[in-house]
Formats: sequence, structure tokens, C-alpha cells
Amino acid sequence: MNNLLIVPIAVPLVTAMALVFLQKRPGVQLFAAIGSLLASLAAAGMLIVQNKTEGIQTLHVGGWEAPFGITLVADMTASLLVAAALVIGICCLLFARDPALAGHHRHYFMPLMLILVVGTNGSFLTGDMFNLFVFFEVTLIASYVLLSLGGTKTQLRESIKYVLINMVASTVFVVAVAYLYSLFGTLNMAHLAERAAEAGRDGLVTVVGLLFLVVFATKAALLLFFWLPGPYGAPPMAVAALFAALLTKVGIYAILRTFTLIFIHQPEVTRTVLLAMGALTMLLGALGALGHWGIRKILAYNVILSVGFIVFGIALADGESLAGTLFYLLHDMIVKAWLFILGGAVIAIAGTDRLREIKGLIRYRPQLGWMFLLAAMSVAGVPPLSGFTGKLLILKSGVGAGEYTVSVIGLATSLLAFYSLLKVFILSFWGETLLNEGEQHATGRNAVLPGLVLAALSLGLGIGSGAVLDWLEPAVGTLLNPSVYIDAVLGAGIR
Amino acid sequence: METLIIVIAGILFSVGTYMLLSKNLLRIIFGTGLYTHASHLMLMAVAGLKQGAAPLLSENASAYVDPVPQALILTSIVINFALTALILVLGYRTYMETGFEDMRQLKGMDHE
Repeated sequence: MNNLLIVPIAVPLVTAMALVFLQKRPGVQLFAAIGSLLASLAAAGMLIVQNKTEGIQTLHVGGWEAPFGITLVADMTASLLVAAALVIGICCLLFARDPALAGHHRHYFMPLMLILVVGTNGSFLTGDMFNLFVFFEVTLIASYVLLSLGGTKTQLRESIKYVLINMVASTVFVVAVAYLYSLFGTLNMAHLAERAAEAGRDGLVTVVGLLFLVVFATKAALLLFFWLPGPYGAPPMAVAALFAALLTKVGIYAILRTFTLIFIHQPEVTRTVLLAMGALTMLLGALGALGHWGIRKILAYNVILSVGFIVFGIALADGESLAGTLFYLLHDMIVKAWLFILGGAVIAIAGTDRLREIKGLIRYRPQLGWMFLLAAMSVAGVPPLSGFTGKLLILKSGVGAGEYTVSVIGLATSLLAFYSLLKVFILSFWGETLLNEGEQHATGRNAVLPGLVLAALSLGLGIGSGAVLDWLEPAVGTLLNPSVYIDAVLGAGIR
Repeated sequence: METLIIVIAGILFSVGTYMLLSKNLLRIIFGTGLYTHASHLMLMAVAGLKQGAAPLLSENASAYVDPVPQALILTSIVINFALTALILVLGYRTYMETGFEDMRQLKGMDHE
């Protein structure tokens, strides 16, 4: 029992509710919101340290022992992801300190951003299948409102489609939960893992697993990504940055958790499906990133591409690839928020996101230009930036497992991603500017601080790879060996 | 009885799918409503119907109904109530802004 687990959920949630009443005081709102996220970040940091020293931390909410109540479980994976989500939340809130978003701030923008972070934190921390559904919905409902806030035609049109896709996926989630409950009579993940191990190689369990995969793949934009580019191109970039960094990652985390804990008994089916989906996602995402000439679309397809790569790591499922997957997941959350924030500044300064109409922005904000190049290099995996280690580990394990085709796809698509981002950099920053003196639409100043924070994180993660991998070791241990997780949650008493 | 409920859920799912695939926005929204009803019926049926007394200690029965599916359904109903309200408002606003209720016109390719 460790009450710290509730902090990253409860503190931002209570703050969000309080901020609803302070909607006319933007200064106070920003201060309180960032304060609550920093407090949660401190709790997440303590959880990471406790995981390293004492092992997995759990909280049986309300004192109801697992599997009867809802359990929150913070293993190393969840704690690290919560910390990353909180840092990104802070950066996006800093970036949202934009005069152009004043209208948003008057209409409950801050509380909604906080609730989105609450939902992702809850999804990472929960140890219960239905509770996962509830936190998914919390995240999604906040995202629905954030997406349509502002009410332009594009936003409304895209939100309708986004909400409908997600409503259908959520219904399938409930159906899959129903099947799971009828099979095992429990919804606690650790208990499910135990009962699934008793059932062994049961085809029915795998079918239910694949049904879950359809749900999570829709949320993670894994192969079923057709819905993603539209909505990510509609809202203000501060919102899109939060979406890009957090929303798809919740789906990936759900895949990672369920397919290393519960649905592990027919790997020849589940892993093959994951591998194929990952490879196709990488290819199609790269094609999309190459074919588009709008900054928003290019960045959105980069999100899709990296989802494919992470799932490739999950599908390989040995120690090396899982360490690489976790590393790349953390890197990807940071770098996608970074790219969207910088891209958002470019769009704000130029007043358009069409690359052919932007030129020579390096004159206005040189820091942003060089940071964008750095971010692109991080995506490509140039050492010592953070993309390198994760990519190396996953590809090494892929070649070791004899998955040459998918490994080549992984390498080639990361080059294509680099090319697509370089295209953005060269076209928008180089050359003679098209804007006359004083004609730029915004200063882009609000992107500098979050950009620097994320740059420091990406560099730190890359240079300190050895130390980070050391910290990832308990996480990988849990993913490889479900009994660690089961024992931590259920203890010895129940059995 | 379970079989009957499952068949009804299946019928609701197919009708919901038909509605979702139509072009009219309002029909699509009603389709999602049918979907959630079907999933709730299914959740109730797969856990078994009426297998004992209400799960209260004062009932003093030998067998109790499993309360978990009902708790799940209740939670899901609340969430879907909020979602349906949201999407109805969103659909209305979209109709007022764009004047379209046909999904083909909401593709967003040619009028940007």
C-alpha cells in the first residue's frame, strides 16, 4: 500500500475542478495548473525511486484488497510514463501561454488540459481492465472538448468524425471486457494474468486478446490510423502537441501491458499480428509523411510512423527489444511534443501551415530553427540524441530474431521520417523570407522555453542512455516475467 | 433466456451497424446509441441472468447474483449518457456552422 499512487491522478483532478471557478484569472490558472503538475511529478519521481529500491508499488483503493477492489499499480514502466506525461503536460501548458489562445483560456482550457493528463496518468497506473476503460474515456472526453473548443468549421467537422470513431471503439472495448469477464470472472489485470496462465493455450483467450488489440490499435493509431491526421490538424498546436505526445501512447501502453501480462500464451498468433501491423503502420506512415506539404499533416504522419516502430519492439518481446521499446516510448513522447511545439511556432509566425508559402523564418527566431533541426535529428536517431539507443536496441533484437524485412522497413522509414522533417526545416527556415518587416503573425516566443526544456530532456536521455537503461531494468524484468507483477498485486494471501 | 438476450444484442448490433453506415449524421448518432445498448445487454447476459437473490447480506439467500456486471453497466451507461449528449450538441453545432448533415459533405477535402 502506497498512497503516493493516487497523487498524479487526484491532485491535477482537484486542481482542474477548482480552476473551473477561476476561469477569469488566466495568471492564477497557469500558476495553479503547473503547480499541481509539478507536485504530481514529485510523486512520480518518488515512485520511480521506490520502484528501483523496493519493487512494484500498489494501492488498493478504499482498502478493498485485490482482486475485489480496484487496484492502482505503479511498476517502473507506469511510473516512468507518468513522469514523462507530466513533463509534457507542463511544456504544453507553457506553450499555450499564447495571446492567440486567450479565448480558449476563458473557456475552461486549463481544466480540460489537466483532465486529459489525469486520464493518461490513470490509464498508466490502473491495474484493472474496466478502470482502464474509464480512464480511457476520461482522456477521450477531455480530448473531444479540446478538439472542438473554438468551434471553427474544420474543428467541428473533424471532432464529429473523431468522436464517432472513438465511440465505436469504446463500445468494442466494453464488449471485449464482457467476453473477458465471462471467460475469467475477474477484471483485475494480475488476477486475469493468473487465470490466463491456468487456461494456458486457449484459442478463445487469444480471440478476446485480438478483440482488445482492435480497440487499442484504434486508440494507438496502429494500422487503424485513418482517423488521426484530420483531428491532429484541426485544434491549436498546443492541444495537438498534447494529443501527439499522450493520446496514442495510452493505446500503446495498453497493448504493451496486456500483451506482456495476459495474452502471452499464443505468441505465434499475437506477435505475428503485432509485427505485421507494426510494419504496415511504419510503411504507410512514412508514405503519408512524404506525400504531404502541410506541416500539421507531416507531423501527424510522423506520429503514426513511430507508433509502428514501437509496436515492432513490443512484438519482438525479448529483454533487449523491450528495453529498447520503453526507451523509444519515452523518447517519442518527448520528441513528438517537441516537434509539435516547434511546428506550432512556425505556423504561428508564418500564419499558414502550407510549406510552399513559408520561407526564411530563421531570421525571426533562429533558436527555433536550430531546435527543429535537432528534433529532426533526434527522430532520425543521430547519436548522442535520444532516438539512437531505443532504435539500436530494437533493430539489434529484430536482426537477432531473424526479422530482416521488418528491421529494414524500420531503418528505411526512420530515414524517410528524417527526410520529411528536413523538408519542413529547409523549406520553412532557409531562403529569403516572404514576409516583410513586422509582417510576422506571432513572435513564437512562447515556444522557446518548452522547446529548451524538451531539448535538454532529449539530450539528457541520449547522453545518459547507460544510466537510463539501468533504471529501465526493473521495468523490463516485470514485462518479461508476469509473475513479478502478479505477486506484487495479489500478494501471497489470496491464493 | 441468456440466448434470447444475446440474439437481441446481436440484432441491435446489426441495426446499429446499418445506422452507422448511413450518411445522415443523426442516424449515425442513433446508431452509436444502439451499439451501447447492445453491448450493455451482452455484458448482462454473458454473466448469467437471475442466478440468485439481490447481492445484499440481509437477503439471507443461498445464492446471490454477481453484482460486478451490473456495476460495469451502470458506469458505462453514465459515460455513454455524457457522450451522447456531447455528440448531439456537436452535431447540432456542426449543422449550424456548416449547414451539412450529410457525412459525404463533411469529408473536408475540397472546401478548405
